Amino acid sequence: MSRAQPALEADVRRRLAAVADPEIPVLSVVDLGIVRHVRVDADGAVEVGLSPTYSGCPATSVIKANVETALRSGGYREVRIVDVLAPPWTTDWISNEGRRKLHDYGIAPPTAGPIACPQCGSLEITKLSEFGSTPCKSLYRCESCREPFDHFKCI
Amino acid sequence: MSAGSHGDAHFRYVLRLADTNLVLAQRLGALIGNAPALEEDLGLGNVALDLLGQARMLLTHAGALEGRGRDEDALAFLREERDFLNATLVEQPNGDFAQTIVRQFLFDAWQLATWSRLESSTDPQLAAIAAKGVKEARYHLRFSSGWVVRLGDGTAESHARAQAALDALWPHTAELFDADEIDRAMQAAGVGVDLAAVCVDWDRQVDGTLAEATLARPADHPWRWYGKRGQHGEHLGRLLAEMQYMQRTYPGANW
Repeated sequence: MSRAQPALEADVRRRLAAVADPEIPVLSVVDLGIVRHVRVDADGAVEVGLSPTYSGCPATSVIKANVETALRSGGYREVRIVDVLAPPWTTDWISNEGRRKLHDYGIAPPTAGPIACPQCGSLEITKLSEFGSTPCKSLYRCESCREPFDHFKCI
Repeated sequence: MSAGSHGDAHFRYVLRLADTNLVLAQRLGALIGNAPALEEDLGLGNVALDLLGQARMLLTHAGALEGRGRDEDALAFLREERDFLNATLVEQPNGDFAQTIVRQFLFDAWQLATWSRLESSTDPQLAAIAAKGVKEARYHLRFSSGWVVRLGDGTAESHARAQAALDALWPHTAELFDADEIDRAMQAAGVGVDLAAVCVDWDRQVDGTLAEATLARPADHPWRWYGKRGQHGEHLGRLLAEMQYMQRTYPGANW
């Protein structure tokens, strides 16, 4: 068992914070809460544990490739990405920063409370569809400003 | 992972779950661009994607249990019809929108009850897939049960079509709860579920939704389908011909 490398692990995490979600580019993989662990051993080999958001999310393989590219271009020669399935990812793991970015991008973030229109803040909304343009979203319309908007589903 | 003394049963048990997901994902995928409204197109496409994602994890796991080096692609694209162990419910054609939705509802109610029990399977990989899947299944069931109510309690035409779909699909539901030696062995090993308990959950969900939808529960049929033993109806072969065409024609073809 090689010793942990806290400084390098912090560097890896900094680099991961710059890897965007391909479908919601304002969010990084760190904001999304899918980075489960980062390990760097004494030889500089990196292991990153990632959790899928949805079982069939097509972004998953793109995210893995982008994480690997970001770390390799950061000078890490050996990068291993492992799937961490359990416990399953939940929207509770999206950071507060991530929620703010979603809202500013026009997507109502997952919330335990009432869903508000990200454009005008109104609570007078109608669900148009349980499903939206990606597996993680559903489609709403604001009855105050009449704008349609996406809501990031709670799971 | 070692398959242990009940290796073949374990492999087949996981393969049944995988194939049932895969075949339904293929059916639903055919609706993309063809559903009656854009929202439903997105909805069914998203359900297909979740089911396919679960199927990929299950197939990979089944391949590892089998230990003969078959990966998810080999299992999906290079097996014959008789080797597919999906329930016959999911190979039934899309038909009209009522048939698509009723098939989905009957499946979702079964899958939610199954995943929620498999969360405590002694097979840790299966338990992890189930814990992920249960969240997705809950969402799918909300979508399909909502539509069953809207169609059943809608116009005379939508009611008649929903009832016809229910009557046609009902005989395919019995095999979901009919335990055979593989189900019993897997239940005893703590890997699989108690199908009688799944049936209780399913009955409660189905009866509640059908009542709200003003649809009549059909009488049980003495005939049994056994898709899970590879005995399929006329539709699966054609579905596989389309699904497997590329890999059969151009072996190893990649994106």
